[in-house]
Amino acid sequence: MTTTLRKPVSPAAGWNGPTRSYDLVKEFVIALVVMGLLVVGLAVLLGSPDEGSVTLRQWAAADPNGFVATATSELAGDSTSAGYGPPYNTNGNGQQLGPVHLQNGAGVREPVDPANDFVLTPLRSIPGDPALTGALDRYTAASGDQQATWAGDYETALGNAPDNDPAKVASGDYGPVPELTGRLLTMALTGGLDAALTSQQGFYASDYTKPLLFLADGDYLAGKADDQHLSGDQWGMMNETGNFPGQAWLWLYTFWYQIPPFTHTANADAWIWALMALLSLVLVLVPFIPGLRGLPRYLGVHKLIWREYYRQHPR
Amino acid sequence: MLRAAAVINLNGPGAYLHWGVIQLSVANLVVIIVMIVVFGLALLLPFPGRRR
Amino acid sequence: MTTTPAADPAESPGWTGRLRRRLVGTLPPEKLMPDRQPAYVASWIYVFGVLTIAALIWVLVSGAWLALAGPQWWHTSAVGHFVNSLHLWGVELFFFCMVIHLWGKFFMAAWRGRRKLTWVIGAIAFLASIGTAFTGYLVQTNFDSQWISTQAKDGLNSVGVGAWFNVLNTGQMLLWHVLLLPLVLGVLTVWHVLLVRRRGVVPPFGAEGRESGQPVPVAGHGETER
Repeated sequence: MTTTLRKPVSPAAGWNGPTRSYDLVKEFVIALVVMGLLVVGLAVLLGSPDEGSVTLRQWAAADPNGFVATATSELAGDSTSAGYGPPYNTNGNGQQLGPVHLQNGAGVREPVDPANDFVLTPLRSIPGDPALTGALDRYTAASGDQQATWAGDYETALGNAPDNDPAKVASGDYGPVPELTGRLLTMALTGGLDAALTSQQGFYASDYTKPLLFLADGDYLAGKADDQHLSGDQWGMMNETGNFPGQAWLWLYTFWYQIPPFTHTANADAWIWALMALLSLVLVLVPFIPGLRGLPRYLGVHKLIWREYYRQHPR
Repeated sequence: MLRAAAVINLNGPGAYLHWGVIQLSVANLVVIIVMIVVFGLALLLPFPGRRR
Repeated sequence: MTTTPAADPAESPGWTGRLRRRLVGTLPPEKLMPDRQPAYVASWIYVFGVLTIAALIWVLVSGAWLALAGPQWWHTSAVGHFVNSLHLWGVELFFFCMVIHLWGKFFMAAWRGRRKLTWVIGAIAFLASIGTAFTGYLVQTNFDSQWISTQAKDGLNSVGVGAWFNVLNTGQMLLWHVLLLPLVLGVLTVWHVLLVRRRGVVPPFGAEGRESGQPVPVAGHGETER
């Protein structure tokens, strides 16, 4: 008679020692109820924050001089967006990790041309204004160098003017740039620019890349964030507006931004991302890392957790 | 923006603590302290039921 | 062997039979829903896993409620704002319990005894939770969303990720937050729990030998484990 040897379908592990009865489902239901009470209790007691969004209209009204300066920098090509590089354009090289250029490698997949997208195209959508059309035509007909000179000179003049006020700039040849940026401010004050920047997609808009990039090019949004301790150098990633708790679990991610060498390098984002990716991998692979996986036994906190067992089963 | 009336209003300027390069909101500090306390209690409090 | 159907259903051929036998063999009902546990599971630290899952369920329920009326509802409705508060505190409690659970599992070296995958899946779930929460902040459609998106884009762009994952694209982020990432997190959570059911709760240091099928570990260093 032959005996067929088969690999037994065995439970992977089974405790042979003493057991206690427990009710898995009851424990789960109790957990649900306890958590439910906590969630409702905290919601009733503390609520949640809702700081209203900033529109371009609000920005233009609160800081018209800053708005004009930002619009000018878009035309001059030295705003953050204008010189960003991928994924928006090829006007910058992006960050690198030593010789590795991941940002560049990804290419331009969200094309944004700030001068056109934020300034010229929205202005073109305004009908029945021959002076504006004339200014736009004069600007677009000029050479790239001429445009850069007009915009750059105006940008400098704004910086030198008292309160950076466009009405108080020194006289000079700025071409149609003052008129264009001034008209953009007017458009923003009506709310028309908010609409124009999202309706470039068509009737339905769910992609806010352009208005957000334009907003972030200015100081107004950043100033509000700084007031709320949300800036990068304020451990902002961990924080929430008001006195609400934020995201304490991001403490290590934001920590690196506070210290050298990361405070001094233009590649800080790339390096910190790489570092955190590495540390995350370490966390995932703890069971495989000699030294680290032996730490719990060495630290001895388990002696508290299993003190009953160790009392009854001394080694 | 409508703000539902919570019992305690946490809107308004946030309270922050500064130690050298460290900046921490009071809110986050409270959360962290409560976590450590709860962890400690979980380790130390006796667990009921010794029936076999 | 003939091609007649097997008389014994336990040995029925085909994908269904094989899958069923494999599943039932790996996790028989008494393992899937046990009513006894090792006596050493006697510390309050052990409740934080189930508390994390309970918190997650309240996050999903409140999130679904928010989804019923769309992403702008909570700005203009007092009920909506309250549901948003439920969602926020559910998330805070979820991370609170999950991190305490992680601390406990680390100090227990809970990956011992063929439980490495349980730790790995749990750690990945932790990271996935951070990603899911992040997309949640992005779809609040308020100042927070504007600031967080315009800041986070720099980190993501610096390593090329931003070319595909555009945090300034609110529609994209909403779908990731409501559908794609919860799906991933759900799969990871279920997998994690099934692994715990399959392997049981990790025994104390020194007691590993009392698990059937486990070789007795070499005495001395906590590192040498199988």
